[in-house]
Parts: sequence; C-alpha cells; structure tokens
Amino acid sequence: MSDLQTLYQTIILEHSKARHGAVDLAPLTDAVSRGAASGLRVAESHQINTTCGDEVTLRVSLGAGASPETDTPDSTAGASPDTAVSDLVWAGEGCSISQASASILTDTLRGLSVTEARALLENFREMLRSRGKIEPDEEILGDAAAFGGVSRYPARVKCAMLPWVAFEAALIEAESQ
Amino acid sequence: MKEYPWGMTSLAPSSASSTALHQESVPLTNIDVERIRNDFPVLHQSVNGHPLTYLDSGATSQNPISVLEAEQEYYEQRNAAVHRGAHTLAVEATEVFEAARETVAAFVGAQADEIVWTSNATEAINLLTYSFSNASLGLGGLAARQFSLGTGDEIVVTEMEHHANLIPWQQLALRTGATLRFIPVLDDGTLDLLAAANVVGPHTRLLAFTHGSNVTGTINPVAELVALARKVGALVVLDACQTVPHLPVDLKALDVDFAAFSGHKMLGPTGIGALYGKAELLAGMPPFLTGGSMITTVDMTHAEFLAPPQRFEAGTQRISQAIALAAAVDYLRETGMDRVAAWEAQLGQRLVTGLAEIDGVRLLGPGLGVERLGLAAVDVAGVHAHDVGQFLDDAGIAVRVGHHCAQPLHRRLGVTASTRASTYLYNTTDEVDLFLATLAEVAPFFGVNGGVKR
Ligand SMILES: Cc1ncc(COP(=O)(O)O)c(C=O)c1O
Repeated sequence: MSDLQTLYQTIILEHSKARHGAVDLAPLTDAVSRGAASGLRVAESHQINTTCGDEVTLRVSLGAGASPETDTPDSTAGASPDTAVSDLVWAGEGCSISQASASILTDTLRGLSVTEARALLENFREMLRSRGKIEPDEEILGDAAAFGGVSRYPARVKCAMLPWVAFEAALIEAESQ
Repeated sequence: MKEYPWGMTSLAPSSASSTALHQESVPLTNIDVERIRNDFPVLHQSVNGHPLTYLDSGATSQNPISVLEAEQEYYEQRNAAVHRGAHTLAVEATEVFEAARETVAAFVGAQADEIVWTSNATEAINLLTYSFSNASLGLGGLAARQFSLGTGDEIVVTEMEHHANLIPWQQLALRTGATLRFIPVLDDGTLDLLAAANVVGPHTRLLAFTHGSNVTGTINPVAELVALARKVGALVVLDACQTVPHLPVDLKALDVDFAAFSGHKMLGPTGIGALYGKAELLAGMPPFLTGGSMITTVDMTHAEFLAPPQRFEAGTQRISQAIALAAAVDYLRETGMDRVAAWEAQLGQRLVTGLAEIDGVRLLGPGLGVERLGLAAVDVAGVHAHDVGQFLDDAGIAVRVGHHCAQPLHRRLGVTASTRASTYLYNTTDEVDLFLATLAEVAPFFGVNGGVKR
C-alpha cells in the first residue's frame, strides 16, 4: 500500500460517503436535554477545526443504566459508570477523515457504557498521537483502527479527533444534567 | 507610461533608477524560469519522494539567495537600532533602513515618506482602522477630523475581501457606530458594479477593496471604483497584497488614498509589510501604536509626535526585514515586473484551460480568456479540499486548501472550501501541467465521478 492508501483506507472512504449517524439536527431544546419525554439526558458539542473549517456537532443521549432518580443515595449528580451511551447522532461537514471518523464513532461507541466509551476514546487518542509508533489494536478499536495511517500525518490527526473531542465534551455535559 | 492589458498604467523604470538587466519587451520563457529557479534554494528539494512543486505563492512566496544574503549581511555588518544612536553602526543601519524605504516606495510609485513599515498587510489595515477610531475619539485635532467616523457614516467593502480587509473594518464600525456595507459579488466571482454604484452613496466615507482576489484571481477595476468613491468624497483603501508582487503597480497612477501589501508575498521575508498613504493624508492621522521613536518632545503628561512615516513606527523597527524586502524588490525590478506579469498571466490561462478539461472540477471565478492573476481555486465535486490537498502533497505539490481567509466569498460561491494553485515567476509550465494531471487523478482515487474528460 502506498502512504496515501494507508491514510485513506477503503473503510474510511466508504464511511465518509455512508455517514452513519448523520442526521439533520434540530436545535436542542431544554426539554429534550433534560429528557422530559425520553427519560434520556441529551447534550451536544460543536467542534470546529480552525485550520481547515471542518465542523462536527455530535449529540449524545445517555440512558439506560442508572439514572439520577433511581441512583443509590450516596451518588452525586452524574452518570454512574455503567450508564449506557444509548444514542449518538451528528451533523457536520469536512474532509473525508473527519466525516468518516464521525461515522465510525457512532458505530463504535453506541451502546457502550460510559466507562467503556471513555476507555476506547483514550486508546484512540493515544494511538493517533503516537506518530505511527502505536499499532492500532483492532480488538479494542474495531473499525476505528483504520485511522492508524492518520497517526503518521500530524496535520490530519485533528481531523480524525474532531468528532471524538465533540463526544468527550458532550458526554461531560450530558452527565452534568 | 506604458499601457498594460489589465487596465493599469505603470511608469517603466527609468534608466537612472533601474539597473534593469532585461530587455523590456522580451518575454520570459521556461529557460529563463529555470535560471530564476536556481536563485531559490528552497525549491530544490524533494517532498514525499517527488521534486517539490510549489504552487502556494499566493499564501507566501519563496526567497531568492540575494534576499537571504541581504538579511545576513545586515546582521553580520551593520546591526544597530535605527534612528536612535550616533555611533557609526547606528548611522549605517539607519541609512540602509531608509534606503530600503526608498526602494520599496519607488517600486509602487510612491514617495519614501508615504511608506509606513508594518509587520504585514493585516497590520497595515489595522493601523489605519485604529488611527481612524482614535480620530473618531477626537485625537489628532482638527487635521484628523476627516478620518472621524460615527453614526450615520458608512464604510464600504466588498464581498470578496480577504478577512484582513474585512474584520478590521467590521471592528472599526463597531467602535465608532458607523455602518459597514458591501459591494456584492456576482455568480462568476466578479464584483457587481451596478450594485456598487448604489452601495457607494452620500453616506460613504470610505471604500476598501482588494486589487486582485486571492481566491478567484479576478483583478478589480480600480479606476471605476475610485471614481465612485471620488463622486461622494470617500477615501479609498486598496488591498494590494496579490497585485504588488505580481503586476507592475503604480499607486499614484491608481490614485488610491491608502494601500497595503506584505513583503513575504513578494520574495521578501516574513514580518515586514507596508502601508502606503498619500502624504497629505498621513500627515493628518493620529498615531496607532505609541512609544519610543515616534515623538519629538515628551513630558509626564504630554507628547508631541513626529511627522509620518515615523509617527506610525513606534518602537524598534523590523530593520533586517525591511532591508531584505528591498533586496526582493531589486530582484523583481531587475527581472522586470512587466515580464513577471506576462508570464503569470500565461500560467493563469494555462491553469484555466487545463481545468476545463477535467470532469467534476469547478473553477471559482471567471473562466478562460478573462484576465486573471496566475492563480486558480477549484472545487472538486465529492472530494473535500483538504483531501485534494493531501493527494497533491503526496505527489510533492504544495497548494492551499480551505477558505483562504475569505469565508464570505466562498459562501457566496456556494462552497465552504476550495483548493488553490498560485504561481509566481519561478513556476514553469511543466509544474502547472503536473498539477493539472495530478488533479485529474483525485476523483478516481476517492471513488467519485470525475477525472479527465473523454
Ligand atoms: C488579498 C489579501 N489580502 C490580505 C492578505 C493578508 O496578508 P498578511 O497575512 O501578510 O497580512 C492576504 C494574504 O493572505 C491576501 O491574499
């Protein structure tokens, strides 16, 4: 494979067109974020890569698992570790790396517990920042391992990270609700 | 005076002021360009296993050896604070610094005292806007009144501006209560001149526009726009960033009041640029940055300021950069700006011709046969500009991707980003052809429809 082909693996090019989880996002209302109807806590984060203008808005719904009402008395506000990332949707525009990354993120993280999702995110980040030194672990990362080639292109690491950074920020906000 | 096809007149360098090595009428060829390339060390390297094809001079240009040497020689032989000492080195440094101002001034048809050094064009435009808002606060007395803005006054820009010639005016409007209006852009990327005649009206105090677009390569009709401004007594500010490096430009002949350009786009180093202002206008403007080297007498509550240009050059100056910029100007002048312009016009048309042969590629701005700078920005259907740039980089081709600091123009043309190839005097026709051939491979690689037309 040429360098370019390791960067643009088939799976990445496919996801950049398939855009799993991409929707027309209606504005997030207070009622929706508090889960008035759904019982889910919903939050989103909008991230922009200022060097190229790529944008992703990622919306996280935290659900099943322990919700604050049914939580054990000693727990403070926030999700318990086994709260599930019950839904992930996004809207965005940008290069194939950032868009494929959002698509793969939704496939990979949907249904995981918050703890599992965070661990996977950390693994992904560490691999991307390694400048090609850390081989992606397919067992852990699944399709997201396809971004292994990106790690050798420092200018593109931000593109791949963009939706994951949005996920991280939205998660913190959803937990605080 | 010589007439140029892009609607400008320029004074041919007089034999007294020029060491012109060229015969003015002899156009550049690829053989000349190969010789020129030998003066640019950075061009002789390989990138990703391919010879570097540098097509990003619209963002920043490369430096010939003479420019690098001028900077080094200054530091090795003359380094001293200018306008601040009586010792020999200080005197020599001041002399070369001021000689550099004369060289650059002559290059754009200005007097030396009409050139204010800045860090770049962005700073030049900010200098203007902060001087004007200081005038609006009443600083500078009666002489500065003409620059004072307030509610009811209008500042006019265009929809094709680089952010450097937009945001400072937005901010000036916010600070003074003036209204910002703009001349819209047509679908073909040129200014709507019919609309311009309505936008520029009795309340217009200032009209700021770019001479050449860094996205579409369009060259704006300066005379027509200046005439609109003159009719209503408005000041004219020209963003000459993309023209001073590439065309013979005579700011006096263009009759603009102010102009800005950057050294790093014209073979000079980073960190140096210039604000041109008509002497009588600069004389009435209050300073922006204040401090050392811009005053005559100071007491604990008051200061008197020097005349321009020193009034606008507070603090220790960019001395080596100014000297190196003068060396860059010498290089351009000796090559001949008429030849540089003609060569790049040829490269620009070659780009446009070649782009029309590639399916799925949309050129932003006017097409074949319309005069343009030697640059072209395109949208490749189904492939984001960042990916296009990556593909080209893999072949050693350096281009700019993104919005090129012109978001409103991209939005107007219906895209968020584009891929821009921009040439200079050191680019060959082979390089343009390589760019075109490689661009044609982009769509097939990314699995979208497009490529060479059949
Ligand atoms: C048309 C135009 N105006 C202004 C600028 C700003 O120049 P600088 O960043 O050197 O201040 C540029 C270059 O980026 C430009 O192309």
